[in-house]
Amino acid sequence: MTTVEQETREATSTGAVAARCEGLTKVYGDGETRVVALDGISVAFPKGRFTAIMGPSGSGKSTLMHVMAGLDTASSGRTWIGDTELTSLDDKRLTRMRRDQVGFVFQSFNLVPTLTAAENITLPMDIAGRKPDQEWLDKVVETVGLRERLGHRPAELSGGQQQRVACARALASRPEIIFADEPTGNLDSRTGTDVLAFLQMSVRTMGQTIVMVTHDPVAASYADRVLFLADGRIVDEMEQPTAERVLARMVAFDRKQEG
Amino acid sequence: MLRTAIRNLLSHKLRLLLSGLAVVLGVAFISGTMTFTDTLHRTFTGLFEDAAADVNVEPASAFGAGMTGTGIDSALSSVPADLVEEVGAVDGVAAAEGYVEAEGVYVLDAGGDVADTGGAPGIGISWPGDDALSAVTLADGRAPASAGEVALDSATAEELGHRVGDKITVLTTGPRVEAELVGTFRFGEDGGLAGASMTAFDPATAQSLLLEDGRFTGISVAAEDGVTHAELADRIEAVVGDDYDVATRAEQAADQAAALEDQLSFIDTFLLVFAGVALFVGSFIILNTFSMLVAQRTRELALLRALGAGRRQITASVLVEALVLGLLGSTAGLVTGFGLAQGLKALFGQLGVTLDGGLVLSAGTVTWSYVVGVGITLLAAYLPARRAAKVAPVAAMRADLVRTARPLLVRTVVGTVLAATGLAALAAGSLGDGVGGLVGLGALALLVGVITLSPVLAVPFIRLVGAVLPRLAGRTGHLARENALRNPRRTAATSSALMVGLALVTGFSIIGASARASIDELVDDVLEADYVVSTSVGQPFTAAVAEELAQVDGVASVTQERYGTARFDGEESFFVAYEPDALADALEVTFVDGAVEGLAGEGLLVSDETAETQGLAVGDQVEFLVQNGESRELRVGGVFEDNSALGPYLVSMDTYSATGGAPLDRYVYVGVEDGVDASAVEAGIEDVVATYPVVELKDIEGFKDEQRGSIDQMLMLINALLALSVLIAVLGVVNTLVLSVIERTRELGLLRALGMSRRQVRRLVRLESVVISVYGAALGLGLGGVLGLALTRFLRSQGLTVTAVPGGQLALFLVLGAVIGVVAAAFPARRAGRLNVLDAIATD
Repeated sequence: MTTVEQETREATSTGAVAARCEGLTKVYGDGETRVVALDGISVAFPKGRFTAIMGPSGSGKSTLMHVMAGLDTASSGRTWIGDTELTSLDDKRLTRMRRDQVGFVFQSFNLVPTLTAAENITLPMDIAGRKPDQEWLDKVVETVGLRERLGHRPAELSGGQQQRVACARALASRPEIIFADEPTGNLDSRTGTDVLAFLQMSVRTMGQTIVMVTHDPVAASYADRVLFLADGRIVDEMEQPTAERVLARMVAFDRKQEG
Repeated sequence: MLRTAIRNLLSHKLRLLLSGLAVVLGVAFISGTMTFTDTLHRTFTGLFEDAAADVNVEPASAFGAGMTGTGIDSALSSVPADLVEEVGAVDGVAAAEGYVEAEGVYVLDAGGDVADTGGAPGIGISWPGDDALSAVTLADGRAPASAGEVALDSATAEELGHRVGDKITVLTTGPRVEAELVGTFRFGEDGGLAGASMTAFDPATAQSLLLEDGRFTGISVAAEDGVTHAELADRIEAVVGDDYDVATRAEQAADQAAALEDQLSFIDTFLLVFAGVALFVGSFIILNTFSMLVAQRTRELALLRALGAGRRQITASVLVEALVLGLLGSTAGLVTGFGLAQGLKALFGQLGVTLDGGLVLSAGTVTWSYVVGVGITLLAAYLPARRAAKVAPVAAMRADLVRTARPLLVRTVVGTVLAATGLAALAAGSLGDGVGGLVGLGALALLVGVITLSPVLAVPFIRLVGAVLPRLAGRTGHLARENALRNPRRTAATSSALMVGLALVTGFSIIGASARASIDELVDDVLEADYVVSTSVGQPFTAAVAEELAQVDGVASVTQERYGTARFDGEESFFVAYEPDALADALEVTFVDGAVEGLAGEGLLVSDETAETQGLAVGDQVEFLVQNGESRELRVGGVFEDNSALGPYLVSMDTYSATGGAPLDRYVYVGVEDGVDASAVEAGIEDVVATYPVVELKDIEGFKDEQRGSIDQMLMLINALLALSVLIAVLGVVNTLVLSVIERTRELGLLRALGMSRRQVRRLVRLESVVISVYGAALGLGLGGVLGLALTRFLRSQGLTVTAVPGGQLALFLVLGAVIGVVAAAFPARRAGRLNVLDAIATD
């Protein structure tokens, strides 16, 4: 444990950035159907921090995540993961970047149904043809608490267990950054809490960087910092959030928009 | 509901195209075959009517010529010249003329080579004197009028490069003729001779060269106006009596057309067999497609059910889709079939059989095309439609669709029972004497059994073969194997098309290889002579060849072989004639009873099989009746071990000649003296053969090659057509893969998001395709192997004494299976590689 804590301290103290973007704009469609999803966003996600992105539907939070993770392309502006600028990469290098530097946890359909839990966890490394670091892997599996379910296929796991496997997969390759898209959206509140606690712990004890998109104030409260998005812009941010404060802020936004 | 069904179809044009293609191909074969047959019938009937006289008189056959057109009937019969006058005097006859017509007349080109007729006969005729009776029309020059003059059909003249005025050489069954080409002509209205060459002489020359002075092959009669052909035929019949056949124009045309169509019927059979294979294989593709469509639309169907649609309405909506697909496919098939018939017509034109006029599209063809096309589609879609109706309304509410894998127990039991029964029937039917019905039923039961068992067998096979995949391609290989194992029914149905195709190819390959090996063995065992002389196409040739060969220094023996048909105690059969002294020099005959001397004079040798079926033994008397009415009492002088080099009955050359057999040889066997310079003798033999361009000299190896040649040709034809069933199989694999890719969009998107490259995704699809294809190929090889071996064993009495398995070829088929997998995956893999990651993972 000591080593992990040291790493964590180093990362935060140096203030290194895991991912950032500058003047990021994403426009869909043309003419009448033109929709500006991201409107010149500049933001940085420091290493070893848990950031939540909140906003109402259509605020652009998912788009921001997709573009920053290299799943979608920007209309203009630049994005980086670590020191690598994504906007200059072709599909092949982008794929490699996702494989080696980015971890994903989606809302649903996170796991390949034909593979066991263990195989799903090592999938990104298997795709790359890399040997997983067994010691680290054991630690991740231990933390997720799924050791005795490793040989099971997704269909034999509960929704919460599936999401924990997905988290373990994201952690296993020690990516620069993990993007989580509504990871608790399909879970009941108790299993959702388990998953969030686990994500929080991975930041605190393993020094992982996580960016989570959510519309649930309770989920956002697990993060170190919350960014509020509306109409493709960052309109506010909050350090050390609690569920009540986040909810109050959201309600205030709604009023403002209605008024 | 109808609107939903049609919308569904239209929204998936690609799917429609792929599953519809199987219907299109199957129907195309059926409609093409039927159209072509109708066209053939109309053309030939028309052609023969053009060429026929109003009424024709020929010597009567002692029995119906069951083997017409095989060229085996070579007994000569003719009408005397005075009969022509008698017929001419009949009331209502406008003109009557004797004509000569004979086979075995070939024209040489300037280089001394014979025209290639592609197996069609070289015909010699007398030039008709009366225009009313003439089936030939001068194209150029004039009619031959004396012994030194001939006319030639224009197609042959053109092919050989002869022009009117040229000196040309004509080979006849008698002497070689040097003559001046004085004219060219067309035969019938259209000039169609079906590839045969035709040489015309003046009547007197024709008689002396081809027949006998003062005799004719038959008499052509033209009717006076107002007298019907039938009426006239009756009157002539009353005059000429029972010894002659009198036929009207329509009767002649019908007879000849029937005989020719009989010869060409194998084409129909072939095409219809492949229509069957195409539709059989195609029905799996349709079944597969509709199963997957129903599975993919479970939620939509459940919603319809929840909104109040009845089970029957759901079934109907799926069946309506099938109906529309069947109608569209049949229509396209009908059009394609018409094109196919057009192609066949063109092909026949290339081969010299010109079919004039447009194609005949009958109501029957159209009806059958739709009945079969729509019927098969509905039948194949019925099971999925039933399953669709069973979707519970609650499935619409479920977030995750858990597809319960239906157990394979019933399948395992039914399939095993069927396959075991089939194997037992095959074994029982092919061992011992062989029972054709059992073999057929056994093969069918085994095929259905294996198809039923296929999903059960797929699991262990893919586990086993797929074990190498992770080693070859890491996690991608592992995923490909798991994908192939996901739904064993789908994997099995996808590979079944390939399985059926390859089972047929494998079976035929084994039979073909066995036939080749059997021929080699037979020639080695039976052929005593050193050389064989014959025409390349088995046409008869002049006996002068044998006479000259006997004069060559160092030649020890010359054995002539002639064919005929006759009734033996009323039983019509093919027979072979030999000179009794010479038979043993050419072929080794093993006697069960009696000896070769028993053939001499009016002796008869029969094979042990014939002896058994006809109840004959040495010393028995057999009545021998030839077509021209001549008959003899022959005495059985020996019973020999049956083998396919020898006919069922052997008669002496004396009997053959005395009963009017034409002096034409089919084969001449030459033996060389021991201890002489073989190459010098061969040179001498070659010199003789070179002067007769119709015949070829073959040593033992060459003879084997020639005998194997016909098998190779047949195998080529079969394999070419089977390639089409493999093509359909490829469509099936493509279809399933495309649907699988669509079904797994989100999964593939996830893999892409996690860092799988486009190339790896393509490889994933390709490997799955290869595994499925190799499974189909392996199963097909196994099934085809069993069927091929059983049939070879069953055909032992037909001469397949050696069983040969072409190992290299079969290994090649397995590789072909893998290649098919790669080819079939090309399009679906590209599609999978191009998936937009965001679309794929977007949550709805």
